[in-house]
Amino acid sequence: MAEHFLFHGGVHPDDGKSLSCHCTIQDAPLLEKYLLPLQQHIGAPPKLLVKKNDNVLRGQCIAEPGGFVSAAIHAPTSGKVTLVGECPGANGASMPAIEITSDGEDKADQSLAPMTDWQDTDPELLKKRIGAAGIVGMGGAAFPTLVKLSPPPGKPIDVLILNGVECEPCLTADHRLMLESPGRIIAGAQILARSLGLEKVYIGIEANKPDAIRQLRDLTANTNIKVVELRVRYPQGAEKQLIYAITQRKVPAGGLPMDVGCVVQNVATAAAVAEAVIDGKPLYERITTVTGSPVVSPGNWRLRMGTPLSMALELAGGVHSDPAKLIMGGPMMGTSVYRLDIPIMKNTSGILLLSPEEVHQFTSQACISCGRCVDACPMTIMPGTLSVQIENEAFDLAEQWNAMDCIECGCCSYICPAGRPLVQHLRRAKAEILAKRRAAAQK
Amino acid sequence: MSAIMVLVLVGLGLGLLIGIAVKLFAVETDPRIEQVEELLPNANCGACGFAGCADFARAMVGQTASAGQCPSTSDDAVKQICALLGTEASQRTAMVAVVKCGGNAAVAQAAAHYNGISDCRSASLVASGAKNCLHGCLGLGTCARACPFGAIEVIAGLAVVHPELCTGCAKCVATCPRNLIEVAPASTPVHILCNSPEKGAAKMKVCKAACIGCRKCLNAGDEGQIQMAGFLAKINYDNPPTAGIAASCPTKCLQPVAAAARSAQTTLEPCEVTNG
Amino acid sequence: MTTDKPIKLPDTSKLIVSSSPHFHASQNVSHIMLLVIAALMPACAAGVYLFGWRALQVLVVCSLGCMAVEACFCKLIGKPLSLRDFSALLTGILLAMNLSASTPWWICLVGCLLAIGLGKCIYGGLGYNPFNPALVARVGLLIAFPGAMTTWVKPEPGKLLSDAVTTATPLGQLGTDNIVGHDYMSYFLGTIGGCIGETSALALLIGGLALILLKIIRWQVPAAFIGTVAVITGLAHLASPETTATPLFHLLTGGLVLGAFFMATDMVTTPMSVKGGIIFGIGCGIITSVIRIWGNYPEGVSFSILFMNALTPLIDRYTGGKPFGARRKEATT
Repeated sequence: MAEHFLFHGGVHPDDGKSLSCHCTIQDAPLLEKYLLPLQQHIGAPPKLLVKKNDNVLRGQCIAEPGGFVSAAIHAPTSGKVTLVGECPGANGASMPAIEITSDGEDKADQSLAPMTDWQDTDPELLKKRIGAAGIVGMGGAAFPTLVKLSPPPGKPIDVLILNGVECEPCLTADHRLMLESPGRIIAGAQILARSLGLEKVYIGIEANKPDAIRQLRDLTANTNIKVVELRVRYPQGAEKQLIYAITQRKVPAGGLPMDVGCVVQNVATAAAVAEAVIDGKPLYERITTVTGSPVVSPGNWRLRMGTPLSMALELAGGVHSDPAKLIMGGPMMGTSVYRLDIPIMKNTSGILLLSPEEVHQFTSQACISCGRCVDACPMTIMPGTLSVQIENEAFDLAEQWNAMDCIECGCCSYICPAGRPLVQHLRRAKAEILAKRRAAAQK
Repeated sequence: MSAIMVLVLVGLGLGLLIGIAVKLFAVETDPRIEQVEELLPNANCGACGFAGCADFARAMVGQTASAGQCPSTSDDAVKQICALLGTEASQRTAMVAVVKCGGNAAVAQAAAHYNGISDCRSASLVASGAKNCLHGCLGLGTCARACPFGAIEVIAGLAVVHPELCTGCAKCVATCPRNLIEVAPASTPVHILCNSPEKGAAKMKVCKAACIGCRKCLNAGDEGQIQMAGFLAKINYDNPPTAGIAASCPTKCLQPVAAAARSAQTTLEPCEVTNG
Repeated sequence: MTTDKPIKLPDTSKLIVSSSPHFHASQNVSHIMLLVIAALMPACAAGVYLFGWRALQVLVVCSLGCMAVEACFCKLIGKPLSLRDFSALLTGILLAMNLSASTPWWICLVGCLLAIGLGKCIYGGLGYNPFNPALVARVGLLIAFPGAMTTWVKPEPGKLLSDAVTTATPLGQLGTDNIVGHDYMSYFLGTIGGCIGETSALALLIGGLALILLKIIRWQVPAAFIGTVAVITGLAHLASPETTATPLFHLLTGGLVLGAFFMATDMVTTPMSVKGGIIFGIGCGIITSVIRIWGNYPEGVSFSILFMNALTPLIDRYTGGKPFGARRKEATT
């Protein structure tokens, strides 16, 4: 008996996962150079610990957290720091980065000792290790994991949810990870549960990955971990929707999961936690899906941070024909980019290429008030009405109509028959409202 | 017949009532307010700090504002207003807006085809605007739409101010997501059409009309006329150089005022501007 | 790994950047309009079958007329031609379905002008009109040409070229003389006097149910509308069986089925949320019943929908916008 849990709204785009869901994870060969961005997470920029011409080892910490909400960065291989400069980022702007030229030996740094007795280790030490390994949310937001594990007093956490939903179409990295390293995920879940001091652990997986559900259910049969099969509906993997589907708790508008006693971590993050604690391996590589109809051989690769997009595409055999879009992340929330020298980061779950035929040409018509966006919106706001307000620059009105609750999941733009750029409108409104709030706070 | 009579009588009666009410409840207004308002541009741009031209006129008549506060009124009209109100005409400097970018589609290529809302502020949220130069004009005309005087035109993917139409009201300044618009004294003979703080070499890669920080204009002009701010030359508006200095600029980033708009129109083939 | 061909990397100069999402559902406005038009075809066919070639003439004149008026308006205000969204064609067909088969061609054209001109284009075209264009025209014509608008043709099933014999609608008869013995089957099939598209409940139901199955319209709206009419006319009938008709009579006669499935579900002029749609349907049902039972006009569907159209922004304001996780007190709209 499958259990299907529901949330309001959502859409069901063509999932496109068949291109890469059967491709086993392959290791990428060592590169000559890695261009490693320093800001791979949400929060304060980290402090650089090395300078030009320094020698580094694989896994050596080269930048330490620059604040509470920040994360450390580790070298992807051994070699020499050959440049302290900038690299292009996914959002189009450049960001600080260092270039590491490999010495070909790939010597590992030993400063993080394996904690084989983690089951008896003090939870504080486990947290410290997770922070030292530079682990951030690998599902997309790149929020430092340590912060999620350190709720302020008065916010008791009793439920840990591992997000194995992977509701973004086309991406298969988490699916493959659940098939190939289920032990790591389960160990990671137990470590996270221990560090949070809680018993209830769920792993939420969409029903379109029956093999992963079966395997994880078998392996967690006699544990406190419960594998939950979820309805195939985008955005099932959005934090608030996932919490609601599994626990029936509603995260308050403008609130955080900890307000309802939950912590949500991606399965890839859990695996990274297990590696950091059990093997003493910091986060310097991740699994990324390279896919799309123009790609010669789509698949899933274990890539080190700082690998340029061009290299990832070369691993996938390049392209048959010129794509019209290059997207970092999935098709619903990913960022379209236009450079091949952008490096892979801790939150790059996929690289998606779209052919010219697959690209939707922007043709915004007037809103015909069909209400499909209202039906599809998982946050139950009214994107259509908001977009008209925003077109008229009525940002105060948009704030009253709860523009700030938008999670930019893209359901409204996806479904809109008039092709209106609803998400882009809402992004603009959120930026304007935030700017206004900041200005008001400064006064 | 009686229906017509009744209607006529009702009409007359109501008309009379309105006439009496008008006299009875008349509000005393200073006739000068209307006269002053007529002399104002009535574009309601808000540059004076009041809610609109009518509000400003009321303030002037009430002696809480002076005509010089309106950047858009001609000197002649200011004199007339001052004569009307019996105040002293203050000395004003005519101002004009400058878009500090010369990177039109021919000299500064777009990095990718932007496909979305035709608004610079919305576009800057997508891949930072998809222009190779991260500081240049996006050319989607948000400033042009904000201008109450129609003084900004997007030519070949670059917003260009027509100085003869611009009144210096500064309404466009806040609309530019790249903060490219500056209001400068209209008497300044030349402007530096670049606002990128990047190094010269980096700028040259993305734009043929960038200020590359070569300092040639510094040497061509007198001491203090042009100052360097990092890798960017800036005109000292208190002591501006002469138009002749433009010849010293190797990238033609330093442009005489009148020529800026004209050269954009004549020397450039109209380029295919990315669909927005 | 050796490959025969060199690896080809994407040409970055051909890349497009845009805001997410990068996938889009394939259905656009034209598809929706075409599907609604297709769903109206059974009722149109029934109209032509029942009322003959005159019905076809009205349908053709109204369709072409509406498209012509739309094209003229686009030209006049310099907007790109918007015929390809098929909304003008849909309005034309709906207008014709709301007219009697005996309507002269020039009244049809006046109707087109009212529908597209006054009902839609002066507000800025598709998406901006507050009232259902076809109903604006119907009500306008009803007030301007009461005679022509209430002359009904007696249905002659299958006889396309028969002469027009006038008759009354069951609802009209209800007001004037007592009908003895209702023939519900003929009401259901449509062999009664009335507008071209409103008499055959069967044909309208086929189209309406198809739209519901295709998820073009929400079932809640016609259900709320028809249900409310059934409840109110049922209560009235229970109270005084002598003077009022049965609820089934009210459901099957007049424009209720047409209105409930095709007019109260018009996207532009009705609320956006399901909750709003139900309120809209109930409001329409109440007004329709009130007009039919106590009002001067025999029929009230058009008026009720137009009235509720006017309330749509208000309904939207009070039914939408409570975000996920908002506490009741914090709902700001």
